[in-house]
Amino acid sequence: MLLSFLAVMALAILRLRNLLAVVMLSGIYSLLSAGLFVTLDAVDVAFTEAAVGGGIATLLMLATLALTTDEEKRPAERLRIAPLLVVLATGALLIYGTLDMPSYGDPQAPIHRHVAPRYIADAQSETSVPNVVTAVLASYRGYDTMGELAVIFTAGIGVMLLLGRARKRRDD
Amino acid sequence: MHRHSVLRVTTKLLMPFILLFALYVQFHGDFGPGGGFQAGVIFGAGFILYTLIYGVENARRVAPEPVVRVLIAFGLLLYIGVGYAGLLLGGNFLDYFVLAQEPEKGQHLGIFLVELGVGTTVAATMVTVFFTFAGRGRP
Repeated sequence: MLLSFLAVMALAILRLRNLLAVVMLSGIYSLLSAGLFVTLDAVDVAFTEAAVGGGIATLLMLATLALTTDEEKRPAERLRIAPLLVVLATGALLIYGTLDMPSYGDPQAPIHRHVAPRYIADAQSETSVPNVVTAVLASYRGYDTMGELAVIFTAGIGVMLLLGRARKRRDD
Repeated sequence: MHRHSVLRVTTKLLMPFILLFALYVQFHGDFGPGGGFQAGVIFGAGFILYTLIYGVENARRVAPEPVVRVLIAFGLLLYIGVGYAGLLLGGNFLDYFVLAQEPEKGQHLGIFLVELGVGTTVAATMVTVFFTFAGRGRP
């Protein structure tokens, strides 16, 4: 049912031209995704998705809307066949590719039998941290988390460089 | 915004709780859902709420630009510093078990410092991005 809500939201975001409504719907979409993650028992991910997607992203989109126009331009009326066929073909190929994947949550799937059992069994004793997600994120896969932090750092620096300077130059 | 008394009073009452909750999420990431990313975002959201109600100038007085800029880099440096500490103390890069006498205490200390670095950089980045957007005004 949550998935059908998500699909309805996505269609509404596509069709609407009032950008304020689109931003609000994106926030609701993020909140629904967070609910979906909770039903899948992934509470840490749901927490992050609700905070970032439903809070910060919506706020920043609204701040951007205050700087630009708040109505999307009317698209060209003519329906173009060639891009539509390419997109349909690519989508069909992707769906055909997923038919071979193991069923969702299957405990015999290869990804659940490599290192995941060792992490789940030994995380508490090896790292003395009860939350397995934090143990995997910060200790077993600490290198990846460092990369994620570098990405956030680069985003902050990029915003400062691209948007911070222009204001000063205009004041001079 | 000086006419919106309800918003101003509610914000002033809520701000300490939001920041405290962010710190709670940061330090209890070991025992429940949470950790650095979530805590940093909530901390930044507290500052953004203050900025929405009281304006960028007042918020800049609380979080001046040079300090926030240094904090963005400080978190990442703390993370990499913990990695290098592992290297200097005899293990590989980002080995935590060499940081203390017992390997488990070392893991705990390493995870604590690393999550602190993550939370600091994320909070400072959120605050910086919002200040940059909000301070531009209508072109």
